[in-house]
Amino acid sequence: MKFLCVGCDEVMSFAERQLPGDGTMAAIFACPKCGREVAMLTNPMETQLVSSLGIRVGGREVPEQPMEVIRSQLAAGREDAFEDDVASAAAGKVGAAPGAAARIVWSDDAQQRLANVPGFVRGMVKRIYTDYARERGIAEITPAVMDRARRDLGLEGM
Amino acid sequence: MRRIRTYHEVGRGEGAGAGVPEQVQAQRQRLEQRLASIRRVIAIASGKGGVGKSAVTANVAAALAARGRRVGAVDADLNGPSLARMLGVPRDPLAIGAEGVQPAVGVAGVRVISMDLLLAGDDAPVRWKDAGEGAESVRQSAAETSALREFLADVAWGELDYLLIDVPPGTDKLGRVLELVPRLTAVLLVTTPSEMARHIVAKSVRQAREAGVPAVALVANMTAYVCERCGHGSVLFAADGARRLAAAAGVPLWAEIPFDPRLGLATDRGEPPVLGMEDYAAARAMHELAGHIEQELAGGVPG
Repeated sequence: MKFLCVGCDEVMSFAERQLPGDGTMAAIFACPKCGREVAMLTNPMETQLVSSLGIRVGGREVPEQPMEVIRSQLAAGREDAFEDDVASAAAGKVGAAPGAAARIVWSDDAQQRLANVPGFVRGMVKRIYTDYARERGIAEITPAVMDRARRDLGLEGM
Repeated sequence: MRRIRTYHEVGRGEGAGAGVPEQVQAQRQRLEQRLASIRRVIAIASGKGGVGKSAVTANVAAALAARGRRVGAVDADLNGPSLARMLGVPRDPLAIGAEGVQPAVGVAGVRVISMDLLLAGDDAPVRWKDAGEGAESVRQSAAETSALREFLADVAWGELDYLLIDVPPGTDKLGRVLELVPRLTAVLLVTTPSEMARHIVAKSVRQAREAGVPAVALVANMTAYVCERCGHGSVLFAADGARRLAAAAGVPLWAEIPFDPRLGLATDRGEPPVLGMEDYAAARAMHELAGHIEQELAGGVPG
């Protein structure tokens, strides 16, 4: 999928993805020559269809997680199907890289919000937020950080 | 009319695009890397339902493992998963490590992944999150293909001698596996002596051959009914469809397995009869099939 600026005969570059929270998506592309922007708008079905393929329009901000489609798209997943993410939990323990997850704190509000995530997908969501915070030097994960991560990372359906 | 460059006329490196082909390519590479440590990948399919594919898969997996082989089993029947139970897999949570999701471990050390391990409750059907807009069938197909890809690529299978894929009925399902694993070592097509099975399984034979699978073979299941009292074998299907298909299509028939209710019960309990009921004719036939697989596929994945 590419967008061509007809006037400039230039391929437009992906600029930004927005998830307004109603299941739809807006992907913005810009012409590198004239600066013109267009937005591709997808309805909930189209948005979910692309997600079901494990694809992120515009590219991925975080690597694909193990069984990401199953864990994020299955409606009736078993709460205890997965142990809490072993790799994530191991970070900060003996042998873990300095500055790993141990230093990142979850505020009470953020923990409560995480607890509301179904157990089937909770480990993956926790890992994504933790990685997001670590990569940006954020010491405490709050609901505001979670909102920003959702927006920045395009966490459709999580 | 203005001349606008087509998609293919636009250079690959020209503009970032939506990044879709790159992500699809990355998914393929991850799958290839995972399968690189597996010597042989065998799809056990049919096209026809109710012929005993899962029971054959479970027993062959256990029989190969009993021979000391490292065996994995993928339950590709996402909507009717049974393989985990047939292989006696406990419903413990699956660990996720740096290498991916650790497979469950069943009898004889067979490594297993199945949707049955992920669903909430015995009677929970597979349902994907509702996207509305009335296009669920399209959505379901995409999600199921991704789920199967994740079963293959995201499970930390480790080094395996055999990975068996239990494929649900329908030639489209075999096509999905062929697309994901273009270098399948073999396709075993389970059939029965019935004419209807012959008619349907013939389509899968053609499909596997046209896909260039190096080894395509038939497994005739339920070739007789074994009396559980006296052990006498009686005719179950008044037809010879499996042998006729083998002859007509020029496909080898690697096993003829009689139906024995005792073995069916054992398999349903998660105790494959190839482990401990070796004196029964059906269990012997399963062991012979495992031996045939070892002999015919000794070279592993062809170049």
